[in-house]
Amino acid sequence: MISPQEEVIIDVLVDHKPGVLCTVSNLFRRRGFNISNVAIGTSEKDRVARMTLTMRGGEKEAVQLVRHLENLVDVIKAEIVDAGKAVVRELALVKIAPKPEDRLQILSFVDVYRAKIVHLSDDSIIVEASGDSDKIDAFIELSRNFGLKEVARTGITALSREQKSTESQGNDVGW
Amino acid sequence: MEMSGANALVEALRREKTQVVFGLPGGVIMPVYDVFYKMKDLPPELAIRNILVRHEQSAAHMADGYARASGRVGVCMSTSGPGATNLVTGIATAFMDSSPIIAITGQVARPFIGKDAFQETDIIGVVTSVTKYAFQPRKATEIPQMVKAAFRIATTRRPGPVVIDIPKDVQQEMGVVEFTDQPIPRRYGPLPDPDPGTLERMVDALVKAKTPLIIAGGGVRVAEASRELVALAELLMCPVATSLMGKGCIPEDHPLSIGVMGMHGPSETNRIVSSADVLLIVGSRLSDRTTGNIDKFCPNSQILHVDTDKAEIAKNKTPTISLVSDARKALKALHTGLVKRLAREPKSHWFRKAKNDIDLCDLQKDGPYLSAVHVIRLLRKLLPREAIVTTEVGQNQMWSAVHFQAYGPRQFITSGGLGTMGFGFPAALGAKVACPETPVVDIAGDGSFAMTENAMATSIEEQIPVTVVVLNNRMLGMVAQWHRLFYGRRYCGVELGRSPCFPKLAEAYGAVGVAVQDYKELSEAVKSALANEVTTVIDVPISPEEDATPMLAPGAGLEEAVIA
Repeated sequence: MISPQEEVIIDVLVDHKPGVLCTVSNLFRRRGFNISNVAIGTSEKDRVARMTLTMRGGEKEAVQLVRHLENLVDVIKAEIVDAGKAVVRELALVKIAPKPEDRLQILSFVDVYRAKIVHLSDDSIIVEASGDSDKIDAFIELSRNFGLKEVARTGITALSREQKSTESQGNDVGW
Repeated sequence: MEMSGANALVEALRREKTQVVFGLPGGVIMPVYDVFYKMKDLPPELAIRNILVRHEQSAAHMADGYARASGRVGVCMSTSGPGATNLVTGIATAFMDSSPIIAITGQVARPFIGKDAFQETDIIGVVTSVTKYAFQPRKATEIPQMVKAAFRIATTRRPGPVVIDIPKDVQQEMGVVEFTDQPIPRRYGPLPDPDPGTLERMVDALVKAKTPLIIAGGGVRVAEASRELVALAELLMCPVATSLMGKGCIPEDHPLSIGVMGMHGPSETNRIVSSADVLLIVGSRLSDRTTGNIDKFCPNSQILHVDTDKAEIAKNKTPTISLVSDARKALKALHTGLVKRLAREPKSHWFRKAKNDIDLCDLQKDGPYLSAVHVIRLLRKLLPREAIVTTEVGQNQMWSAVHFQAYGPRQFITSGGLGTMGFGFPAALGAKVACPETPVVDIAGDGSFAMTENAMATSIEEQIPVTVVVLNNRMLGMVAQWHRLFYGRRYCGVELGRSPCFPKLAEAYGAVGVAVQDYKELSEAVKSALANEVTTVIDVPISPEEDATPMLAPGAGLEEAVIA
């Protein structure tokens, strides 16, 4: 059971075509769903995109959202992700401008978080961190002590660990 | 076949058996109208009739009325920009009441899209919230498949409007187009058969019920399931209430029909609904106007909810048992399941139906006014059984819902969900086009009729005769009623005054206009209107003080605070 304040992750497969993001996001606005995160990208299939939504609310609302999503012509499938049975990840790029004496310490905590430095210059560092959202939050909090400048997060994306057949969707991409 | 996009559109419409398009041309839809022009030489069975409106809103309502009266898709058409935005109210009306219409809009040519060109509107962006889907072909060759898909989407499962927005240069572009009669593979197909386990549980609940009741919504009409509804009710010997959209799904003179429930439903009807122990709700979304305060709606009853749209299950009220199914299949299957079980436990009437009749002999005038309620009951007596009635929105609509008995599912056409004033008259014209042999009457209020009265020009020029009965209280009556009931009679913005004189206005259009003074004159006017081959507007003076009662105060439950 999901408590009312918890975040629910919803996995949505959509036809990958112009306007689909607008149609889906319009649904949240129109029906007043509280969406905190949307990540969208290609999927394993041609012309099919995967959207991972994070919704704040109870299970009842999440079920309702899934039903509304499945009514959209461009949506192939929508389902609630059981976070316990899924890999849930987020990626963040964090730009830090540390004092010279802090540089070494940053290197060590980047290592603790299994993040990596992807850019290094005289006055700034960009760190790439991935993991669940709590880990990213913690990493960003820590970075504030060392001259945090900018953060870019991708939003949560998730895949169920269970083996699922998606064969039946093979012919469905029509227009 | 090599042809232009405009030709491909018209040919695709023809293949979908489109017989009529309601519309008004303009700059970027002219290639399509040019194809209509060339159709003039075709025999009528091959041509598409093109009906010219005077405002695009009416075109959408006509297509809607056509669809509701016939069950076929209604098609309307406009140019880009203001033409398209004028359609939006009609599209939203069809969306709220699940009516299958297709709106075809012209769009500026591809190179101009996004440049704020003359009469450019992003109509797809505008209509996203009020359509099932919207297409914009970018090549002429895409048009046939999109038209086919549009018809499929508009009519499958829960019907609704679809927009096809076609750039002008796509209409002009030549291409080798293919028309395929093979259905397009798609996931948005018909629903699977109802789940046997769920059906069994519903049958159990109905067998055990002491005071079962059926609430029928518009979904019963959509699924053409009236016969199945009546059969099930007769088997259960249970009363059937309807939502406004379900009105007529059971003939309202049937002994088991208890009429339209809800905010303006008769208090007996609402009381009977509230005392049911098991409610079978079929094809109704349980809108606030149907249930009253949802938290107080039948709190102790078991709710069995059948709907074709799974998003309606538990949206407003959490059911005990739910079934996502076409109404007809579900009703049939429940009947089959119950026949075996109920033979041993016959049920008898557990309710007493309200009497809904008047003695027309002693109809008296109240001062200079006729009573709207009596006018509507008199109309029922005067109109043949198969007549189609449309209503406008407001008091006229609620009086009609309660006092005009509908005998068939496609015989009472009203804007229930959106509550669009101005809907009734153009919808009546659309219904008349669909059913030319059937008398069609718009029960109107003066406020609503004034909104789309210019459709009279279409009714005259296109020879679409209907009868309009204007219940004229010189008021925006329902708002005035709320002023009286909830705002201490502080009338503001509701008094319409003496203008216009509707009979003279009708005559100006070439229609027949009659002002009646009493019930006898009204009877005669209606009789001659039905015999007339031209649209007739009958102006009926009613009191500005007559309320549409009974009524639940906003926020009240079905059993509470009835304003009688």
